[in-house]
Amino acid sequence: MNWRAQAMGMFLLGLVRALTGAQARWYGCPPKAEQRIYFANHQSHADLVLIWAALPTELRSITRPIAAKDYWTASNFKRWITTAVFNAVYVERERKGDEDPLQPLIDALGSGDSLIIFPEGTRGHGEEPQPFKSGLYNLARRFPDVVLVPTWIHNVQRVIPKGEVIPVPVLCSVTFGEPVKLGADEDRADFLRRSREAVVALRDI
Amino acid sequence: MTSFLRSLSPEQQVSLVFVVLFGLLMLASGVSVLLSLRERRRGEVDDVRHERLQDYQALLRSSWLMALVFWVGWAAGEGFAIVLFGFVSFFTLREFISLSPTRRGDHRSLVLAFFIVLPLQYALVWNREFNLFTVFIPVYVFLAIPVVSALGNDPQRFLERNAKLQWGIMVCVYGMSHVPALLLLQFPRFEGKMAFLVFFLVLVVQTCMLVQHVVARRLDRPVAPAISQSFQWRSWGAGLLAGGLLGAALAGFTPFKPLPALAMALIACAAGSLGHLVMKAIKRDRGITHWGSAGRSVTGASGLLDRVDALCFAAPVFFHSVRWNFNL
Repeated sequence: MNWRAQAMGMFLLGLVRALTGAQARWYGCPPKAEQRIYFANHQSHADLVLIWAALPTELRSITRPIAAKDYWTASNFKRWITTAVFNAVYVERERKGDEDPLQPLIDALGSGDSLIIFPEGTRGHGEEPQPFKSGLYNLARRFPDVVLVPTWIHNVQRVIPKGEVIPVPVLCSVTFGEPVKLGADEDRADFLRRSREAVVALRDI
Repeated sequence: MTSFLRSLSPEQQVSLVFVVLFGLLMLASGVSVLLSLRERRRGEVDDVRHERLQDYQALLRSSWLMALVFWVGWAAGEGFAIVLFGFVSFFTLREFISLSPTRRGDHRSLVLAFFIVLPLQYALVWNREFNLFTVFIPVYVFLAIPVVSALGNDPQRFLERNAKLQWGIMVCVYGMSHVPALLLLQFPRFEGKMAFLVFFLVLVVQTCMLVQHVVARRLDRPVAPAISQSFQWRSWGAGLLAGGLLGAALAGFTPFKPLPALAMALIACAAGSLGHLVMKAIKRDRGITHWGSAGRSVTGASGLLDRVDALCFAAPVFFHSVRWNFNL
């Protein structure tokens, strides 16, 4: 990592902490350097920054967030910050041709990285997260040894709502729950419903 | 005693205060270590006693922190103190807003509150614009915030949302900014020693709160049990008495004679302890035990606002009583 990215990382970390506290609450599992997929509710583009800031330094360097390609590569600055600072994995939100949109995630998991994903696929509007898309299930099938950690991000949409530029200070927290396991013959719909419930359950802890 | 204190230079007087304060804190910490050693030697764990000890240690830690902050504030001068209290305002307002649900339409008002009103109020303190400083938030901001919210085009729970924001600004910014403002008052023959007045205020208010809580543990007749267990007429009286007497005893450090010092301390303590009660009522309404990270943090650490709320209410009352009584 070059010094500019490092300085930017420090600055962002300081900013996020001053504005939100970026408190991590490890409820169902300890922070541990095993290969994991953190799957979280998605309400704001700042979600990615908040989870990144809430993770301890040791885990931050081995955990890569997923970034929507159309939004995060729209300008040179956004592209630089997601690549150099967050070390993000880009995904297409729309399926293009016969390319598997999960391929970049499969590559990243194959090389041993942990991932942060938002299985709703798009930012939600209401209180409840939208139904999960099947990407989480496919990854879980393909990599049975990766630990799946449900994650609830609290309050971020208040920091910077859609369409606003200036963030305001509101305390936010990231709650990590008990890992979810995919049953040997569990079907797709059941698993997705169960993992979504695991995320929602963390809201009221 | 009083004449000896008056014969010292301001610098020496402040140093003396800090020597006494840190001495007391070290003594208290020593007692805490001895108590925890005794507990360990006994082996058996007495839950109630253990909990009390933990309470006591938490109180000690925050007292140490406050004393250190004041020491740094004094050593670095008035400008630093103003900036420091500005940050305290920022963090307490952040806690307050986090627990008062706002809607998307309030975003611009929040930006206004945090990034314009707060720095402006402290800039007014910095420039000693006492007249404007007194009316800026109650008069101008009182109108500006709801106007910005109304432009957000969201009528749902409009009054409620704005009232909460106004309250947060009044308590966390307006109230808190009166503490550093004390530093800039100009008492005849007391120049360069206004840090004592801040110190006086903080010390008598904290003592009052402490005594009130300790006495309330022995009694069991809360006036408003649904809101506060520790607010009882007798414990409140004991707190006021302790704060007032301490104020009178500290008269040598202040521009007041002992009797006015007693009166000033009583005013500050009454405002502070009643303000604390009001903030407790707000917390009960939100269903939380303390401010801070979502009111349910794993570490059990409580918020900054819990520690300074009494001060937020005591400071404006104290500030204006001093100004009017002494025609400053």
